[in-house]
Amino acid sequence: MTSVFKTEKRQDISTRFFHKATHFGGRKTLETAKIVESVAFNILKQAVIFLPNDVKRVLEKAYAEETSDTGKTQLKAILDNIELAEKYQAPVCQDTGTIIFYIKAGAKAKDLDKVEQALINAVKRATKEVPLRPNAVDPFTGKNSGDNTGRNIPYLNWEIVPGDQIEMTVMTKGGGSENVCVGGMIVPGEGINGLKKFVVEAVVKAGAQPCPPNILGIAVGGGADISMKLAKKALLRPLNEPNPDPELAKLEKEIFEAVNMTGIGPMGLGGKTTVLGVRIDYAFRHPASFPAAVAFNCWAARRATARINADGTVEYLTHKLKW
Amino acid sequence: MMAVYKLKTPISEEDVRKLKVNDVLYVTGTIVTARDQAHRRALEFFKQGKPLPLNLEGLAVFHCGPVVSKEGDKWTAVAAGPTTSTRMDLFEDEFIKDFKVRVVIGKGGMGKRTTDAMAKYGAVYGAFTGGAAILAARAIKNVKRVEWLDLGTPEALWVFEVEEFGPLAVAIDSHGNNIFMDVAKTVEANKAKVYQKLGILP
Repeated sequence: MTSVFKTEKRQDISTRFFHKATHFGGRKTLETAKIVESVAFNILKQAVIFLPNDVKRVLEKAYAEETSDTGKTQLKAILDNIELAEKYQAPVCQDTGTIIFYIKAGAKAKDLDKVEQALINAVKRATKEVPLRPNAVDPFTGKNSGDNTGRNIPYLNWEIVPGDQIEMTVMTKGGGSENVCVGGMIVPGEGINGLKKFVVEAVVKAGAQPCPPNILGIAVGGGADISMKLAKKALLRPLNEPNPDPELAKLEKEIFEAVNMTGIGPMGLGGKTTVLGVRIDYAFRHPASFPAAVAFNCWAARRATARINADGTVEYLTHKLKW
Repeated sequence: MMAVYKLKTPISEEDVRKLKVNDVLYVTGTIVTARDQAHRRALEFFKQGKPLPLNLEGLAVFHCGPVVSKEGDKWTAVAAGPTTSTRMDLFEDEFIKDFKVRVVIGKGGMGKRTTDAMAKYGAVYGAFTGGAAILAARAIKNVKRVEWLDLGTPEALWVFEVEEFGPLAVAIDSHGNNIFMDVAKTVEANKAKVYQKLGILP
């Protein structure tokens, strides 16, 4: 994890938007909206171009250790591609995904009602300027909105936390890996063994489709929707950050080693690198229910985080700002 | 043994039949993107006796919805990796038969119907590394034209001029071999070991 933060000074932004802000009568309000928009644009651009360092390190390790020739060729192409994306500042994958934000909103942060529109604006701007592929399609008419926005998209996950900061994480989630995500109900009597089977079956069934090597987000409990939300959110935990619960850390390692014995390999062409990591989370469950979910992420596991302080300064937590 | 082939379009049936699974292929010349919608429309055109906007014989069809940008009248492919090919399994056998494409480029593999059509009519499936979009875009020297843009940019027919587009892992050859189907068998056989490792009965 990089510890170098680039701080964007509020000074620049307030100067730039001063005129408009006065026009709208509430300078502070417009400022927050503009800061959120500019930061959201930046983390989106960071996410789609620069893979997080933890993902890169694990891919490099996988390349060094892969024994299948075809598998090694695939991992080499992945590493070359990551380097080229950085060099040319272009999206690492053409599927720039469905855009999902995770927002930790400080209870005392100002203008939270302006955040949603600011994020939508950032997505539209990023679609044009980065550029991103327009990936938001009306399920009924089949019409592509052309700007990556539409009903409920970008999707916002809100969490209220103490304090006055706004922390935003963006995940741009590829379609290939989304198509194999599974949610289901395990017979409670089968317990964790039932979960293990559920995960193995999901990985085997997914095969080459989700662009392996993958990261697996696994969650149980809560309910059908809750387990899937937690599974997807679990994908945000960096690969070099162990599960704080030692029992779950053990289970993650066990599932990691087991699914890498399937032989699916990079791009499903055979080999020993099928997953790069396993992340587990849970909620307490109803006595009669054992909901389980497996969320797949492709090797291009794109995410970026920034925090906006109350004074308008910004800390980029996962990436250095490179433009 | 794995061999490396560099082929120029239009590719002949004879050349494509030399390729065997696990070979590495680079394609130079013209490749055309087509995803679900374009496949569907192309097959409808053929049934109705309408010509396609271009002749695909000997070319490579690429399962890809690229990120493109336009300056003036000129399109550029910014990022252009493959999409999951299994979705096109529905159409590909007829597509190969009707249009005589020699190479199908994608990721994730294709099934028995496509494998049989490739054996019968002479075509191969070249697996391009999923997500390696810039590696692909760097090999695209020119966006020659775009057709069927009404389907949306991901689904349109993009005609790319490419130089040594690859590496493509020949994963289905024209002799009935399919790496993905072989891997699936291996995985099925490995399941017992996997379950043992997890301390459970299959």
